Amino acid sequence: MATFKDFRNTVKPNWCPGCGDFSVQAAIQRAAANVGIEPNNLAVISGIGCSGRISGYINSYGFHGIHGRALPIAQGLKMANRDLHVIASGGDGDGFAIGMGHTIHAIRRNIDITYVVMDNQIYGLTKGQTSPRSAAGFITKSTPGGAIEPSLKPLEVALTSGATFVAQGFSTDIKELTALIEAGLNHKGFSFINVFSPCVTYNKVNTYDWFKEHLTKLADIEGYDHTDRNLAMQTIMQHDSLVTGIIYQDTATTSYQEKVVGYSELPLMDIDIKMSEQEFTALVDEFM
Amino acid sequence: MLHQLSWKVGGQQGEGIESTGEMFSMAMNRLGYFLYGYRHFSSRIKGGHTNNKITVRPTEVRSIADDLDILVAFDQETIDVNYQELTEKGVILADAKFEPVKPEDSKAPLFVVPFTEIAAELGTTLMKNMVAIGATAALLNLDDEVFQNVVNDIFGKKGEEVVQKNMEAIARGREMMSELLGERVGEWALAPADGKRRMFMIGNDAIALGALAAGTRFMAAYPITPASEIMEYLIRKLPKFGGAVIQTEDEIAAATMAIGSNYGGVRAFTASAGPGLSLMMEAIGLSGMTEQPLVVVDTQRGGPSTGLPTKQEQSDLMAMLYGTHGEIPKVVIAPSTLEEAFFDTIQAFNIAEELQLPVILMTDLQLSLGKQTAEPFDYSKIEIRRGKIVTEELAESADKAYFKRYENTADGISPRVLPGTLNGIHHVTGVEHDETGKPSEATGNRQTQMDKRFRKLEALRFDQPVYTNAPHEEADILLVGFNSTRGAIEEVQERLNAQGMKVNHAHIRLIHPFPSAEMAPLVAKAKKVIVVENNYTGQLANIMKMNIGGHDKIKMITKYNGTPFLPGELEIKVKELAH
Repeated sequence: MATFKDFRNTVKPNWCPGCGDFSVQAAIQRAAANVGIEPNNLAVISGIGCSGRISGYINSYGFHGIHGRALPIAQGLKMANRDLHVIASGGDGDGFAIGMGHTIHAIRRNIDITYVVMDNQIYGLTKGQTSPRSAAGFITKSTPGGAIEPSLKPLEVALTSGATFVAQGFSTDIKELTALIEAGLNHKGFSFINVFSPCVTYNKVNTYDWFKEHLTKLADIEGYDHTDRNLAMQTIMQHDSLVTGIIYQDTATTSYQEKVVGYSELPLMDIDIKMSEQEFTALVDEFM
Repeated sequence: MLHQLSWKVGGQQGEGIESTGEMFSMAMNRLGYFLYGYRHFSSRIKGGHTNNKITVRPTEVRSIADDLDILVAFDQETIDVNYQELTEKGVILADAKFEPVKPEDSKAPLFVVPFTEIAAELGTTLMKNMVAIGATAALLNLDDEVFQNVVNDIFGKKGEEVVQKNMEAIARGREMMSELLGERVGEWALAPADGKRRMFMIGNDAIALGALAAGTRFMAAYPITPASEIMEYLIRKLPKFGGAVIQTEDEIAAATMAIGSNYGGVRAFTASAGPGLSLMMEAIGLSGMTEQPLVVVDTQRGGPSTGLPTKQEQSDLMAMLYGTHGEIPKVVIAPSTLEEAFFDTIQAFNIAEELQLPVILMTDLQLSLGKQTAEPFDYSKIEIRRGKIVTEELAESADKAYFKRYENTADGISPRVLPGTLNGIHHVTGVEHDETGKPSEATGNRQTQMDKRFRKLEALRFDQPVYTNAPHEEADILLVGFNSTRGAIEEVQERLNAQGMKVNHAHIRLIHPFPSAEMAPLVAKAKKVIVVENNYTGQLANIMKMNIGGHDKIKMITKYNGTPFLPGELEIKVKELAH
């Protein structure tokens, strides 16, 4: 059985020292090993931005696509090979700005993949512009007078989009984050995990210390029940989304693949694709 | 006896005009006639003029007829908009309900038949189209039995009574029309057909069937005119083959999902029209850069922007060839018949996997939606070639080095390992990368990988990249086209050759890379080259000049009003340019 070391490769990440993404990478590697995945049965599909490089830093199949489109690539791959474990990942710009349409529809489609967002509330790779996750008033190169638009609330969006698994982690707490990713990988459907992953270079507001001061663990909230959608919505609204843990999980709803009529039990890639003459003639006859 | 009949039914959209044409066509098809049907319709569900023009011949028909023999009208607009197409012997059949008026300068007799009233007497006005078909049967001297098995097929599941009522509606229409015609019954009868069974389908059917025969198991697409029928066909059929279709949130998702699925080892594709193609450009570049196979069908319609969404145009050509940013190897195929549409779709999947690059299968609205007869496709010609997919076991590498997915091979094509394969781990990225897929901006590597990607095109093998009918060693004119203009050009070539001109014809099927070796000699032996295309700027003419020169003799005939070329108008224009 593979250990987390088997998910390491020899590529040195080009992230800044202290970047939150290092811990997210480690958590993914540990979670994959903990749930018993072999490296060749894992594919990490990533977007563009600092965080998008993650697919190259994990010893697994990896696809670094185009900005905002990690989710459709990952969903297409999972449809092709239902036996493969597929993780999509990227930053908040990737998933909540250019790729927001895909995020909402991937959530409601509920294909059995795991989506890990490295949320640093800033555009890092393009050197410090506002993100949809930046708070109103946040000063960046593109918002010198402070961001006018309010911050987008991904957890609320996920819950109202019909999510069957929503969690939030903090990169410093690798233990909790690993557990969340494990739960996501084990979830039969689309699992959405937002991770606060501070940018040490461009975001001087939402720092490690800031998060430590503001975050509440759901485990510490008495009576919190992550199967209760109303309670989930109420709690994240009360805490301005600054919570960590499994926010909501619906284990009753089956995944997209279970619902597609006629969809092969065998991975599509393994089906013999040559049609028989009899099958072909029957199709041609329908036009005569 | 007529040797060609041109019949048109028109009315308000949503009134059953399409099904009237469908019923008539199916009956004629089963008698062994050749057909070419073309619909005029608008981008709305109910209301607005629509018509369905069907050209019928006992011999092969390649194009929409210039004129009209029978016009069946369900409203006055149909008469007003279409009567000028009628021939000397043309007739108008109109529903009494709207109190039809014959235009002053129309020579065609107007026969007023109570289509709606008769249908109402039989129980429902919905059957007015069956009465109209009965009236047509009187003109053509067709027995009611001709329609029996078509009516069975369409209404059988609704029960025997519905079948009977519809047959009765046909009989009543025929009887009423026969009375009006008197001795002229059967004056529009067609020469008999051979009775052979042939397919009757739209181009999109041929493409969808081709995709299925090529082994596609996944399609991701967003609805758009005139491409949706491809997705709808696969939604009906793929479950029987274990596959699936996802209707995506947009065309960007459609193209990238298809890429993800191809990466996983499944023949996946998408189909769209101009606006969708524009959204897919970045994804097409990703397919080229990451060497993931991708098949995109573009059914061209009137552009730009929303343009003329339900009308014929061929103006996406340059976008398909050069739309993506940066440079990637790419193949663009343009079938011009149903048979080519079917086999070229299979070719598209083969080439995409063999050369590991995007292949665009280009059609236009006339080919995609025009309904034609074709001989059943030959099963024995279906060939599936999947290229260099690694199937043997791979040895473990001690130092965790990646598999060389982008190995710099002699032909530029690198072995492809599918995710899940033991010891085949590698990285895929749209960033420039080295042989193992790791990002690399080194100048030498960049050059090597660019050369490698483009070298793959040298391995491209394509049967009949140009359809040619060039009987003349020294031609006055070479007519050139692509996609659906083929029928009209063939017709014009035949007419002009019969008039003593020396006309050759070349229809380009492999648009990109341009078949210079085939086209240059044809251009050389013609005094003038006339490129016929449904766009404003003469995109194909420009591509020809770019690839093989001939600026002095390449002329063009363009049409961009939303309607297909008719042989008659094209004949006049070719003659004008010939002198």
